[in-house]
Amino acid sequence: MAESFWQFAYLIAAVLIILSIKWLNSPATARRGVQAGQVGMLFAVIGTLLRHEIVSYEWIAGGLVLGSLIGAPLAYLMPMTALPQLTALSHAFGAFAAALVGTAEYYHKTPTGFVMGALVIETLLGYLTATASVMAFGKLQEIVPTRPMTYKGQNFVNLLLFAFAIVLAGWVIEGSAPAWAFPAFSGLSLLFGVLLILPIGGGDMPTVIALLNSYAGMAAAAMGFALNNKLLIIAGALNAASGFILSVIMCKAMNRSFTNVLFGAFGQVQQASASAASAKPVRSASAEDAASILAGSRKVIIVPGYGMAVAQAQHKIRELTDMLVKRGVDVQFAIHPVAGRMPGHMNVLLAEADISYERLKEMEEINSDFGEADVALVVGANDVVNPAARHDTASPIYGMPILDVDKAHTVMVIKRSMNPGFAGIDNELYYSDRTLMLFGDAKQFVSEIVKELPKAA
Amino acid sequence: MSVEIELSIYVFILAGFLGLELVQRVSPLLHTPLMSLTNAVSAISVVGAILITGEGGASMLSKILGSVAVMFATINIVSGFLITDRMLKMFKKEGKK
Repeated sequence: MAESFWQFAYLIAAVLIILSIKWLNSPATARRGVQAGQVGMLFAVIGTLLRHEIVSYEWIAGGLVLGSLIGAPLAYLMPMTALPQLTALSHAFGAFAAALVGTAEYYHKTPTGFVMGALVIETLLGYLTATASVMAFGKLQEIVPTRPMTYKGQNFVNLLLFAFAIVLAGWVIEGSAPAWAFPAFSGLSLLFGVLLILPIGGGDMPTVIALLNSYAGMAAAAMGFALNNKLLIIAGALNAASGFILSVIMCKAMNRSFTNVLFGAFGQVQQASASAASAKPVRSASAEDAASILAGSRKVIIVPGYGMAVAQAQHKIRELTDMLVKRGVDVQFAIHPVAGRMPGHMNVLLAEADISYERLKEMEEINSDFGEADVALVVGANDVVNPAARHDTASPIYGMPILDVDKAHTVMVIKRSMNPGFAGIDNELYYSDRTLMLFGDAKQFVSEIVKELPKAA
Repeated sequence: MSVEIELSIYVFILAGFLGLELVQRVSPLLHTPLMSLTNAVSAISVVGAILITGEGGASMLSKILGSVAVMFATINIVSGFLITDRMLKMFKKEGKK
C-alpha cells in the first residue's frame, strides 16, 4: 500500500490540475482553480518524495526551501504592472529546471532509443525556452532594446545552426556520438532561445510569451516520456495546448501567421511613411474642453492600450469612470485582444484599479456599440484603432481586426506626441475631423480632466 | 513499440485535446491569470528534478544539477501560483469590496 501511495497521489494531482484549468473559465470560480492547482502540485511533490527510489533528502530539501524563499518575494515584491516581465522570468526558471533534469539524466543513465529521443527534445526545449524567456524579460523590462534586431541572412544563419543541432541530436540518439556532442547540442539550444527573440518586437510579446508557455509544457511532457511518468505527460500536454491556443488567438487578433510573428521582424521603424505624414493638420484640445465634452455625453467607451500601462494611468481612469457614472454616463471599456504586452494584460490592470470586470468588453462584443457612443476615449492605444487596417491594402496591418472607434461621434486620443506606434505606422484616425488629440502623459492628462469635470456643467 | 510507450502516447494525445477544449472556454478576461497558472503548472518538472536528485546511486553531478533544478522549479511554482492568486483577488464586480 505504502509502496503505491505515490501512484494515487499522482492520480489526484492530475485530476486537480485538470480541474484548476477548468475552474479558471469564469471569475467566479477562478480562485478555486488556483487552490486546486496548488493542492495538486503539493500532491505531486509529496507523492514523489514518498517513492521508494528516493533515498536521500538533504539536497532535495535544500532546493525546495531555497526555491520557496526566492519565489515568494519575487511574486509579492514585483509591482503589478511588471506582470508580463515577472511571468517571463518565472518561466525561465521552470524551463531551465526541465533542461537541467534532462542533462542530469543524460549523464546518469545515458539511455538509448525512444527515451533518448524524448530526453533530447526535453533538453532542447528546456534550454531554448529558458534563454528565450530571459530575453523576453529583458525586452519587457527594456534592458534589451524592444525594437526587432535584424541583420541580413538572419533566417539563413538560424536555419544552418538548427540543422547542425538536429544532426547532433540524431547522433546522440543513435548512440555513437563523442563526449562533446551533448554539451554542444545544449549550447546550441541555449543560443537558439536568444536568436529566436532578437527579431521580435515588443508588440508581439503577447504571442511569444504564450508560445514559450507552450514550449515549456512540451518540455515537461517530453520529460514524462523519458521518465515514463504519466502525470508529467498530462500536465505538460495541458500546458502545451493552453499556450498554443493562446498564441493562435493572439495571431488571429493581429491577422498574422505564426511564421510572420516569429520571422517577420514586425515593428521596424518605417522612416519614410512616418515623416511624410507629420505635415497633415490635427485638432488638439485641452483638458477643460475634454471634460466639458465628457460631461455632456451619455455613452463613453474607453479604449486602453499599452500607453496606459506605461503611464500607470489606470487608477486615474477609475476616478474618471466613477465621476462619469455618478453623472449618469454609461461607461464601458473596449479591450482589444493584443492590447498590452501579454494576453489579457489590460483586464488585469483595470481590475487592479478596482474597475468592475462587468464593464470590460471584448472586441466582438463592443464593436457594434461605437456607433451609439458619444465619445470614444483612446488612452495609449494606437495600431488597434487604426482604420487603415480595414481599407488600406498597402498598410502592414491591413486585415487586422480593430476596434471601430472612428464610428463614435467624437474620438479623443490621449497621446504623448505624434510619434507613430509600435508598428511604426501612421494612424489616419488622428487626422479625422471627429478626432481631438489630447497631448500629454496619460496619467497627468486624465487627472486634469478629473479636476475639470466638476466645473463642467 | 512497447506497451508503455504506446500508452504514454495515448495519454499525451488525450490530455492535449482536453487542454484545447478547456482553454478555449476560458474568457479572454482571464487570459493573463491563465498564462500565469499554466506557467506554474509547467514546473511539474519538479517531479523529475526530485527523482534525479534523491534516487539511490545518484552521482555528485546528478545531485548538483538536480537540486538546482528543484530550486528553479520551486521558484517557478511558488511565484506562479502566488502571482495568479494576487491577480485574481483584484477581479471584482461593482460594489463588492
